Amino acid sequence: MVEIIRRIAIKLLWVGAVFLGITVISFWVIHLAPGSPTDMVTTLNPNADTDARAKFEKLYGLDQPLHVQYGQWLGRLVKFDFGDSISGDRRPVWERIKERLPLTFGMNVASMVLTLLIAVPLGITAAWWRDGIFDKATTVIVFIGFAMPGFWLALLLMLWLGIEWPILPISGLTSLSYGSMTPWEKFIDLARHLALPIFIYTAGSWAGMSRFMRSSMLEVLRQDYIMTARAKGLSSRTVLFKHALRNALMPVITILGLSVPTLIGGSVIIESIFALPGLGQLFYGAVMARDYPLIMGSLVLGAVLTLAGNLLADLGYGMADPRIRMAGRDA
Amino acid sequence: MKKRKPLKRPSYLARNALLIIGLLLVGAMSLAAVLAPWIAPYPPSELNVDALLQPPSAQHLMGTDALGRDVFTRVLYGGRVSLWVGFVAVGISSAIGLVLGLVSGYYGKVVDEIIMRGVDVMLCFPSFFLILAVIAFLEPSLMNIMVVIGLTSWMGVARLVRAETLTLRERDFVLAARSAGAGPVRVIFKHILPNALAPVLVSATLGVAGAILVESSLSFLGLGVQPPDASWGNMLTDGKEVLGVAWWLSVFPGLAILFTVLGYNLLGESLRDRLDPRLKQ
Repeated sequence: MVEIIRRIAIKLLWVGAVFLGITVISFWVIHLAPGSPTDMVTTLNPNADTDARAKFEKLYGLDQPLHVQYGQWLGRLVKFDFGDSISGDRRPVWERIKERLPLTFGMNVASMVLTLLIAVPLGITAAWWRDGIFDKATTVIVFIGFAMPGFWLALLLMLWLGIEWPILPISGLTSLSYGSMTPWEKFIDLARHLALPIFIYTAGSWAGMSRFMRSSMLEVLRQDYIMTARAKGLSSRTVLFKHALRNALMPVITILGLSVPTLIGGSVIIESIFALPGLGQLFYGAVMARDYPLIMGSLVLGAVLTLAGNLLADLGYGMADPRIRMAGRDA
Repeated sequence: MKKRKPLKRPSYLARNALLIIGLLLVGAMSLAAVLAPWIAPYPPSELNVDALLQPPSAQHLMGTDALGRDVFTRVLYGGRVSLWVGFVAVGISSAIGLVLGLVSGYYGKVVDEIIMRGVDVMLCFPSFFLILAVIAFLEPSLMNIMVVIGLTSWMGVARLVRAETLTLRERDFVLAARSAGAGPVRVIFKHILPNALAPVLVSATLGVAGAILVESSLSFLGLGVQPPDASWGNMLTDGKEVLGVAWWLSVFPGLAILFTVLGYNLLGESLRDRLDPRLKQ
């Protein structure tokens, strides 16, 4: 028990250190890059003079040395204060992020579930009948899926399902008449708008995941205990689902946790194509306006989600594998 | 007596289908990119007001865009961008990964711990967010894209090389070199490096595919290669504007990305099977 607590404590310390590392690097990279948020307000505005620029910089603390700025930023972050955004409506950063979060998060969770539902059975089938027709066919499709850029697939589907044979809306989150709909109609309307984006998310991850499931399954099927299980006459079904699947799923859990940064990155492109008001779009706008607090806020959120993904992967791994659960082995 | 059919080994072509398809795709796309100035039927940025948004025809194999530019020509020139980005970005990331991996694996202990924890931090970065921010701040240009992609994608190589170095370090020929008085630099670069190159080659090949995808995504968002220069990503942005009118603008540049990335992936996977039987799936 003591051992477990010690390991969790070390893990949490480490996560904290990584988090600090990420914020330090992000802060420096973003603030040292040429140009500044004042460009938007002063240089581009013929009525502003250098005085206004200095005032603006003072207002947002941009005249301070960088390490002081970082200290102040970190000090506020501890109190869960991301500061106010310095572009657009200037509302607090967290408020602006919070209203965008459910959409992006929801789409990602939905696509993760879909990915697993597709990839796990596919990987198992391909591994069980290794080198059979099904395995070869999925290998071909997986390679094509790997090489398919998500935004291109999105364009093709918009062309096909939105224009040639218009059955799905291709832009935005809701229809114009959304306000006057019944709750059920609202749900259907949302689902129709989100069908293509979620499909694109899923298309970006099922190929890798099913490949991974397949090789993980093959690895397990090679093990001695599978041979033992077969030798003592257990049915294929029992061997597959009782003995092999559980162990083969573990690496997949890990990969799922580690895929969070990719999903976050993908949201910028997908939300930009489908004009969806999510986090990716917010971040893109923040970058364009050089809204430092908003950019830092988004990066922090991304880092927290990534670290949470890693941590969950670790925990899931620990729970699924008694060797890790029992012993104090650190991989 | 029943005659048994002799067991036939699959032909050389059948056994190496993936490698051959990969080589053909990569070869064809590279050749087209390198030879673009000579085989392209039109200058890449030549406007033609008499031929706006023409569908594919004998004059314009892949049609024309909204400014009357020949899409086939621009796809060829876009290939040059992809080739550059792929090779330079991967060159940068492989070099960083190699050096850090060698140092980490050879010296071990504190050095190893620091470098590997650095790798962990980099892997936790929402890297596409950071790439996006940096590119937008530095002014989008081909050079910036290549450098930033290179600087954010060396972690895999570093881990592979470190693992390889850890085992090589204990091998007899390395011990022999050391006891003959070779210094660490000589041992690392002369004796360990050549033996650790195989996994780097594999991950570099796959890395080219990844870099091309990132570049095309950035260009698609308007943060990559800037018009009027052609890249597959920014051609697709143009295509999106006229999606319902001119399908060819959206289809051909995407096919070019698909085939190129597919080629490098197939090549990388078959190289892996050949160079490292342990990793064979």
